[in-house]
Amino acid sequence: MTEMTYREALKQGLREEMQRDERVFIMGEDVGKNWGGAFKVTKGLAEEFGDERVRDTPISENTIAGAAVGAAITGLRPVAEIMFGDLITLAMDQVCNQAAKMRYMFGGQTSVPLVLRTVFGGGKNIASHHSQSLEAWFMHTPGLKIALPAFASDVKGLIKTAIRNPNPVLFFEHKLVYDKKEEVPDEEYLIPFGEAKVRREGADVTIWGTMFMLHKALDAAEELAKEGISVEVIDPRTLVPLDKKTLLDSVKKTGRLVVVTEETKTGATTAEIAAMVQEEAFDWLDAPIIRVNAPDTPVPFSPPLEQFFIPDKKRIMDAVRSIV
Amino acid sequence: MVDKKTLVDLYTRTLKVRLFESKVWDIFGQNLIPGTLHLYLGQEAVAAGVTAALKKTDWIQSTHRGHGHVVAKGADMKRAMAELLGKSTGSCKGKGGSMHITQFDVGVLGATGVVASGLPIAVGAALSCKMRGTKDVVACFFGDGASNNGTFGESLNMSSIWKLPVIWVVENNFYAMGTPIKWTCPSESIAQRAEGYCIPSKVVDGNNALEVYEAIVEAVERARKGDGPSLVECRTYRMKGHSRFDPAKYRPKEETEYWLSRDPVEIIKKIAIEQGALTEKEAEKIEKKLQKEVDAAAEFAIKSEYPKPEEALEDVFAEEAA
Ligand SMILES: Cc1ncc(C[n+]2csc(CCOP(=O)(O)OP(=O)(O)O)c2C)c(N)n1
Ligand SMILES: [Mg+2]
Repeated sequence: MTEMTYREALKQGLREEMQRDERVFIMGEDVGKNWGGAFKVTKGLAEEFGDERVRDTPISENTIAGAAVGAAITGLRPVAEIMFGDLITLAMDQVCNQAAKMRYMFGGQTSVPLVLRTVFGGGKNIASHHSQSLEAWFMHTPGLKIALPAFASDVKGLIKTAIRNPNPVLFFEHKLVYDKKEEVPDEEYLIPFGEAKVRREGADVTIWGTMFMLHKALDAAEELAKEGISVEVIDPRTLVPLDKKTLLDSVKKTGRLVVVTEETKTGATTAEIAAMVQEEAFDWLDAPIIRVNAPDTPVPFSPPLEQFFIPDKKRIMDAVRSIV
Repeated sequence: MVDKKTLVDLYTRTLKVRLFESKVWDIFGQNLIPGTLHLYLGQEAVAAGVTAALKKTDWIQSTHRGHGHVVAKGADMKRAMAELLGKSTGSCKGKGGSMHITQFDVGVLGATGVVASGLPIAVGAALSCKMRGTKDVVACFFGDGASNNGTFGESLNMSSIWKLPVIWVVENNFYAMGTPIKWTCPSESIAQRAEGYCIPSKVVDGNNALEVYEAIVEAVERARKGDGPSLVECRTYRMKGHSRFDPAKYRPKEETEYWLSRDPVEIIKKIAIEQGALTEKEAEKIEKKLQKEVDAAAEFAIKSEYPKPEEALEDVFAEEAA
């Protein structure tokens, strides 16, 4: 085990897959030598693998995603990067109409083994076009796999699984997680899709959350423990496929559930999780399922506004307290 | 000068598409085809000229008006016809239909219902050919209307900076549904736009399979040598409306008459005969043989079963290796 940042672990995963399989290549805006990715995830890889395999592109999101589709169906393993998750709107056709549907509408004649990496989330005061959390849109689009690792030890194993997956995988990172450190195994390891991880065990309330909110949920759980409330924290790690069992088992144990993400509330992944749990574990619930989300507004710029917008530890703790 | 074999090939492909589409038109009239159709009648010479210049391992990217592309590229007509009828024997098992008619194993990347969405995919496929060192090329079909979409600029540009082996084939039939291209494009030609991306281009008579073929051969050569993309604007015309129920009243009568007098099948037949590649008798023989194949395809499609309803749940994801 070596302690390293999320960014470093992710890069190691990319590097290992590029060494293992020459079909794997990276493309995106400013991913190459001059910049190394807007969040420096690919820094150094162009020097190591060359400009052909770490390919800078023009600012053409729809064609970046579409070229990944075309390369994937003809024998390569593209890892495309969209610089900010908000800009995936410019590639929606290729992601949601082409990549997601090709195998189905062509009756299984082809598959689309691509990875599309992008970054979500606020907390950096970069306002409405660079801070959103849009994962629900894609969870709502059949045909896409979605991984959203929040920890260094998960990101490496998940990017490797994503690259080897024969389907289009959306790989969502969070801006505030890149510098977080954890012990990461030195040897090769893969994390299967659809396996949640219990990040903290507890008996009274289950918190299900994703991305940066998991870090806040863990902080909240730590403080609630001092009040005598025992919280279990579950990280699904992938939204598609979704590990329902780990969550339902936990809810059956605790009887209480808080779901927390940084998305705006209406139609968020948290709504889907709440609906699923009441369908499948209604009899075990001792309290309403509480959603903790951002309000239904664009992400504001000014620090006090943004702080108000993004769910914080206190809101998570209040939600837990309200049902115990 | 092209050889006689090629002329016969061009005639055969053009005619094959014509007969296939005529059959489709017939059986649509009998209410056997669900949904709508974008017929390729009138544009056959484009698909014929392009595909005759390609190898089997080369790729084409198709559009919403794709039957002709797929058939000309060598698709199994039975499976193609069955797909149009929504049968389980269709190439897409009845999940795609007219707008997604595709046969991957003969080099069709896909047919798409989203106008201009094929261009980025062609970029990726061409990049893949280049990176894998296959020497294969990609011909990407799209309409005059599609050339006004953002992907046109993005994809032409990317293909040019990376010198990709792609041939951009504009099928300029002068209309995007009811909108004439002169309302939406300020320049004389669509081909002109390629200059801004440093892509060599040409305007050809899209009703003349030989002219299309010769331009594409040149473009394919350039692509295979690693000299990058070309654009060929093929001027052609729909014999029918945009989709099945469109009577195309918005097209001036003289214009329609002019184009209908220039039948792509007759044009290539005349050339082939004049150049001594074909006799009337041989042409008839070819036609008879093709008609038989097309009839057999239709019969196969009509007799085939519909998919079981639960098959709707299959083919969303590829199986992951254990
Ligand atoms: C992105 C998009 N916009 C609109 C439509 C609806 N539509 C289908 S075909 C068509 C016209 C396309 O014109 P053109 O590219 O010239 O192709 P043609 O139909 O003439 O072959 C339109 C507007 C669509 N399918 N996709
Ligand atoms: Mg048109």
